[in-house]
Amino acid sequence: MKPSAFRYADPRSLEEALEVLSAEGEGAKVLAGGQSLLPLLSMRLAAPATLVDINRVPGLDAVETGEGGVRVGALVRHARLLEDAAAARVQPLLARATANVAHPAIRNRGTTVGSIAHADPSGEMTSVLALTGGSVTVATPAGVETVGWQDLFVGPLETSVHGPAVVTSAFFPALPARSGTAFAEIARRKGDYAVCGAGVVVTLDEDRRVSAARAAYISVGLVPEVHDLTEAVAGQPVDTADWAGAGALARTLVDPDADIHASADYRRLLVGVLTERTLIEAAAEAAGRTAA
Amino acid sequence: MTTKVFGEPVRRREDARLITGKGRYLDDIGSTATLAAAFVRSPHAHARILDIDVTGALDVEGLVAIYTYEDLTGPLAEPLPVLIPHPQLTAPRTGFPLANGEVNHVGEPVVMVVATDRYLAEDAAERILVTYEELPPVVGVDAAREARHAVHAEIPDNVAARHHQETGDVEPALAAAKNTLSFTQYIERSACMPMEGKGVHARWDAADSSLRVYTSTQASTSVRAAIAAKLELSLDKVEVIAPDVGGGFGVKIVHPWPEELLVPMAAIALQAEVKWAEDRREHFVSSAHERQQRQEITVGYDDEGRITALDVHIWHDNGAYTPYGIIVPIVTATQLVGPYVIPVYRVIVESVFTNTVIVTPYRGAGRPQGCFAMERTMDRIADALGLDRAVVRERNLIQPDQFPYDHHLTFQDGRPVIYDSGDYPGLMAKLKKLVGWEEAEQLRADAGARGRMLGVGMALYVEGTGPGPYEGGHVQVLGSGKVLVSTGLTSQGQGHETAFAQIVATELGVPIEDIEVTTGDTRRFGYAVGTFASRAAVMSGNAIALAARGVRAKALRIAADVLEVDPGDLEIDEGVVQVKGTPGASIPLRTVAVLSNPLRYAFDEAARQATQFAGPADDTRPPVAEGDAPGLEHVDYYSPVRSTFASGAHAAIVEIDPATWEIDVVKYAVVHDCGNIVNPMIVEGQVQGGVAQGVGGALYERMAYDSAGQLQNASFMDFLMPYSSEIPDVVIDHQETPSPLNPLGLKGAGEAGVIPGTAAIASAIEDAVGRRITAMPISPTQLYDLMRDQDTERTAAAARRAGTGAMA
Repeated sequence: MKPSAFRYADPRSLEEALEVLSAEGEGAKVLAGGQSLLPLLSMRLAAPATLVDINRVPGLDAVETGEGGVRVGALVRHARLLEDAAAARVQPLLARATANVAHPAIRNRGTTVGSIAHADPSGEMTSVLALTGGSVTVATPAGVETVGWQDLFVGPLETSVHGPAVVTSAFFPALPARSGTAFAEIARRKGDYAVCGAGVVVTLDEDRRVSAARAAYISVGLVPEVHDLTEAVAGQPVDTADWAGAGALARTLVDPDADIHASADYRRLLVGVLTERTLIEAAAEAAGRTAA
Repeated sequence: MTTKVFGEPVRRREDARLITGKGRYLDDIGSTATLAAAFVRSPHAHARILDIDVTGALDVEGLVAIYTYEDLTGPLAEPLPVLIPHPQLTAPRTGFPLANGEVNHVGEPVVMVVATDRYLAEDAAERILVTYEELPPVVGVDAAREARHAVHAEIPDNVAARHHQETGDVEPALAAAKNTLSFTQYIERSACMPMEGKGVHARWDAADSSLRVYTSTQASTSVRAAIAAKLELSLDKVEVIAPDVGGGFGVKIVHPWPEELLVPMAAIALQAEVKWAEDRREHFVSSAHERQQRQEITVGYDDEGRITALDVHIWHDNGAYTPYGIIVPIVTATQLVGPYVIPVYRVIVESVFTNTVIVTPYRGAGRPQGCFAMERTMDRIADALGLDRAVVRERNLIQPDQFPYDHHLTFQDGRPVIYDSGDYPGLMAKLKKLVGWEEAEQLRADAGARGRMLGVGMALYVEGTGPGPYEGGHVQVLGSGKVLVSTGLTSQGQGHETAFAQIVATELGVPIEDIEVTTGDTRRFGYAVGTFASRAAVMSGNAIALAARGVRAKALRIAADVLEVDPGDLEIDEGVVQVKGTPGASIPLRTVAVLSNPLRYAFDEAARQATQFAGPADDTRPPVAEGDAPGLEHVDYYSPVRSTFASGAHAAIVEIDPATWEIDVVKYAVVHDCGNIVNPMIVEGQVQGGVAQGVGGALYERMAYDSAGQLQNASFMDFLMPYSSEIPDVVIDHQETPSPLNPLGLKGAGEAGVIPGTAAIASAIEDAVGRRITAMPISPTQLYDLMRDQDTERTAAAARRAGTGAMA
């Protein structure tokens, strides 16, 4: 479990990073927190010719929170985002989901953006990006572009970002008005990849009736998907809405896989349970944010 | 007082070193010049090797050597030893240090690469092409039993051993029984998984023709003998040292591992230091596992729930080879009976080959399976009769006045299973109080009101500990006052340094701070067996106590001479020999040590006191008396007539979420009896750690082999060793029933904590959900399947609780 030889570059600017990536070609891989990449190297499941370590690139370590949302720089560690009160106010899902990312030691090194770029369907932040309708900013030698989450995730561990490119930030839009969120996971051991996780957003109308209910799941499906559950609860008063019905609907929408930890049926069961539980929690929050 | 410390919760003296990074583990040994070994291991569960092509590796920079089976000579080219032969092990098989034409499990070593570092060794290993012809694999105990394919072609039924013991004629006894019931159940594979894997460092001194080997082992003396035999070296030219070892739990008692022979072989051949440190993936696929069994049980019992006859047929998966003999099957067979009177008992354990990693003892070593069989039998009887599970157990317990109690079985040490002492009703009474057994129905109702299903379960065990043949101890008082203690058995973090120091401090009357303990170093003590079967305190503890008593006797004799009193009038306290009741009439033990060794040369101030003109001497006697020896030291051995039997009782309370089928152990209670306790803090630590492995084995860990024999969870990401967050707080109560068999009255404590976990938790889950649990471990996804399967048997207790059954 020792990596095969690789070249190592630690550029001091984004331009330099892109130059190295351009020069090294397809064999180059960006290293940020390394919490997924380095185990893959050690197990020789990946053998990039060059690691381009962006940790010394300035300007990538900020969490910028505005009315419209939260922009998370490529070097922001999970632990940093978890503690950012302003970000949590604008988009509460960030802290709620981040609290479920692995263990403190991993959260201290791993980055939110790296986890998104890694595109593991068991990762929390990919689904949060999807559920919030977020996007990433990608720097390439040709310039900077924004890629929406729908265009980003191609398959498990695969994104649409190719060639010399650095994902420099992720943007999570703010929680809409009269809305609430919740996030929950079930893992075999605390801090493990979830057997199943769910994040939800519930939005009410001015009469405190449900106008939207959406969910995204962890470890369900190959890429993050947002499921609209509104039809089960649309127009229902928040206090008496049929959240169980929404959970039942969710079960029909997902197509989970089996692995050694859970059958597909069991994952589907958990989708229903977690959906109902998180919707109830999110609805209570939405109600609190909606004038009676 | 720092001398009378036997029985005190003395803080572990090794911990400061170990938890501040100052331990010296295998991979800490060596320098940048040390060569590294890596292995090409079989990717197939069962295959013939057609060709090994190393040419691709030859231009790897830093490559030093490549070895295949063809490079092995003499005894090394023979199969590895069958370490513990047994007459009923009729078809033993062992592998070769490197595969000889056939591989029988994924992970079996095929090629050894030595390079200037481990990275390059892995680079070279990756470039070696081995061509295989795949053979049909046999995976799992049922496939082995069905024997549609054979692991070893010449053993078509896959049966390595048919272990059989009986205490009477079981068939008529069952026929005469008022009630009988039969059932089949399964228990899965898990593994020791020490934090530090195996590892070997070898250094050859060409000028001296001597070999020093460090190995992360539980049996350094026997590794030494094995290396000498296999490499054809004189024993006196081989020294083997177990450095700090990061956990063993059984896997490191097996020896010689292929690497323990191959690394020294390479060190000699290359005239260089060579090291191999096992990585986690290697440990999963090339060390050892345990526990998989299929158990078919028939029990006869009367209307009060008293067992009249028990017939058990077990199929035990021993993996690809049988280097450790049939120890695990024997332990299951003989420890199964637990604390109960079983009038007629027959057990057959068929030990079968599979194309999976070898099975050798893992903490508990067959006892968790035996306990699972016996305790689940008790649960079944209680369920069938509508009796409290505790009551059925109580009616079958061996009573305190029945000791010594002879089960008429033969234990793993070849000696009779005769329980030396115990108080099982006492354990049961304490357990019921500790866990709140009588309040279970109230707890169930309270949990139900919270939407949770609650269940309680219990399991009892008796554990044969401290088997022979022997261990030894050496105690030596130096002129500095320092007391050196050594024993040959090894330590893997159990706290031996502390416990052995407590014993010597108490026996000799010296401050514990003056004592230094060394274990597992053949340079210090050449005769030893090893650390396994909860035997260190019993075996080395007693040997060291006897050695300390020998030192004490000699010290009193010398001091009596000097002080001109009778030795019987002397005592030793705080390192000073003094005349009882006469303050001032004393001599420090360190001075006695100096006087014990008459000297010619005064190399230091202390030595001066022992030279020939230092004081008056009796010219008519030789300086060292006939039959005496210089030095204040003594070696002694303890060899027990048979094992001593510890016991205990565990209870678990589980809560289950009926929406997600998650299982929480909300309370875990342990009553534990290991005779006299040297250090209660260490014993409680052993119990805690054992319970953690018991919970792991019950709810989290299993070896997920697919039908092709590929281990799908060979990493800590997917093999779910529980974290501290998954382990319940454990409440512990002690009972001390000393062993009459050894001077200190000790029984072993190392493995106890793990034994009843699977049985107690299975019982608690069954109690909570009212469905029969017939296979362990169990995960939420499996429990979900069980609950929605219409064919799952409902317990009679559940039916009674629901008011729909009228069985009782």
